[in-house]
Amino acid sequence: MAAGNSTEAGQGLRLIAPPLLYAILLLAVPLLTILAFSFFKDGYLTIVREFTVENYVATWTDPIFRTILLRSLWVAGLVTLFTVALSFPVAYFLSFVVASERKAMWIFLITIPFWTSYLIRVFLWKVILGYNGVINSGLKSVGLIEQPLQFLLYNTGSIVLTLSHSYAPFAILPIYVALEKIDRALLEAGRDLGESRLMTFWRVTLPLAMPGVVAAVLIVFIPTIGDYVTPTVIGGGKIPMVANMIQAQMLDIDNKPLGSAIAISSMAVVAALSMVFLWLNRRFLRVRA
Amino acid sequence: MRRFQGSGLRVYAVLYLAFLYAPIALLPIFAFNNATVIAFPLQGFTTEWFGQMVQNAALRQALLNSLIIAVSASVLATCLGIFAARASTRFRFPGRGPIMGLIMLPLVLPEIIVAMSLLVVLLAAGLSLSILTVILGHTLICMPYAIAILSTAFSSLDRSLEEAAYDLGETKWSAFRLVILPLVMPGIISALLMSFTISLDEFIIAFFLAGNQPTLPTYIFSQLRFPKSIPMIMALGTVLVVMSIALVTLAEYFRRRGVARTGQTDSGGFL
Repeated sequence: MAAGNSTEAGQGLRLIAPPLLYAILLLAVPLLTILAFSFFKDGYLTIVREFTVENYVATWTDPIFRTILLRSLWVAGLVTLFTVALSFPVAYFLSFVVASERKAMWIFLITIPFWTSYLIRVFLWKVILGYNGVINSGLKSVGLIEQPLQFLLYNTGSIVLTLSHSYAPFAILPIYVALEKIDRALLEAGRDLGESRLMTFWRVTLPLAMPGVVAAVLIVFIPTIGDYVTPTVIGGGKIPMVANMIQAQMLDIDNKPLGSAIAISSMAVVAALSMVFLWLNRRFLRVRA
Repeated sequence: MRRFQGSGLRVYAVLYLAFLYAPIALLPIFAFNNATVIAFPLQGFTTEWFGQMVQNAALRQALLNSLIIAVSASVLATCLGIFAARASTRFRFPGRGPIMGLIMLPLVLPEIIVAMSLLVVLLAAGLSLSILTVILGHTLICMPYAIAILSTAFSSLDRSLEEAAYDLGETKWSAFRLVILPLVMPGIISALLMSFTISLDEFIIAFFLAGNQPTLPTYIFSQLRFPKSIPMIMALGTVLVVMSIALVTLAEYFRRRGVARTGQTDSGGFL
């Protein structure tokens, strides 16, 4: 074995090579390809390899794209707000109230629904909220309503509800991890210095938990904005989000350059928003021991 | 006061768990309900929908496809994951952060982006869509989960064990096989089971990359349009959820055994 190859860096690089190669071939190359496609022209059934920005012009001047993007941002924003706000007390409970030997069991219970089929969970919400669904038939059979409630399904609210349900564990875990890292002596110090419980929470616990909250926000916001199944099943196809628009352009209409431009534009917006969000929270994210 | 605050939070946490489990709890209720519509009041007990499910030939084909995909993808993802977890926990090398960032990226990237960009490249490369292309896609998205589990297993290794093996005359490979592999074996099994579960339940990539070969989730999706097949889907969903829970429980068991074997205290949970 050559001397240069047995250095630590050499060994590490050789070990990481197979998974890295896989990720380059099946992730980096495809992402760069749609980036390139977004600057190509669409010929009928072919791609004309000439540089153009007209796909981006077409994307951003299209009022339908703007409506759908704004709707996706609105839905993802609401889902993030609900999930993180409702998850925080659960994470707090896990970290501060549950006895340490029972924590693993609680986390296990919370993550289990996440590992069951996403499609089936989404479909179940349709069954629950539908015109002849569980809620309507249940309310009718106990005599609370005469006619089925129609506002339950096929609207933004039901999409938000379904997505919030799906992404709950994503929000709980990062917040829990951040809370676990807090030195309990700091909280006692807060109390000893005469702060009330509420003020200790506001001035010590919450700022220290913010890195977890920030992670939870990003980990919920980014995948929900690109969700395909929920708008299709729960929205009944009438309330498309960006994923549905990308899919329609790429496959049904078969305009891959325009579809790519929509995908890249949406990802750029999400990345920019995430950056702004991280920047706004920069004072909480400074490295501390 | 402390007690009171804790109990308030406990009630909230239990309610939250109920909210998480409520939709899933409906599956068995309606899978055994003797009615063609999913509605209250319940009409009595039947196993007819499970019978329909077992006799359905299209469903059997979808199940077979899903199993082939899940076994292949979980083995591939775990093998690749072992390389990545070993490299990132044991060695410092240039570009480690960005490289691991790229490999872990599918965790946060919306699946539609992964599916569409893969689709474009696979078609351009002249591959026809089949369960093979789904395996490629599922390996990509299972790999980060496998790495997350395996990294915990590898990072808890005591390096002196490995050095002792070298001192006793073992080669790099035999030391890995005789010392490291047995210690991380529970982590490997856990990673295999989790990858298998993820692949079995994955819909988006299978939907776009499978061509006309159905997997279980894409078969379910195709049946959602027909009200007649909904009770059978409830039965199938029950089976799938029971399988997922069993697999994840088994994976958690092995993960904990791994934690115990390397003598750490349990910090709990995946992710």
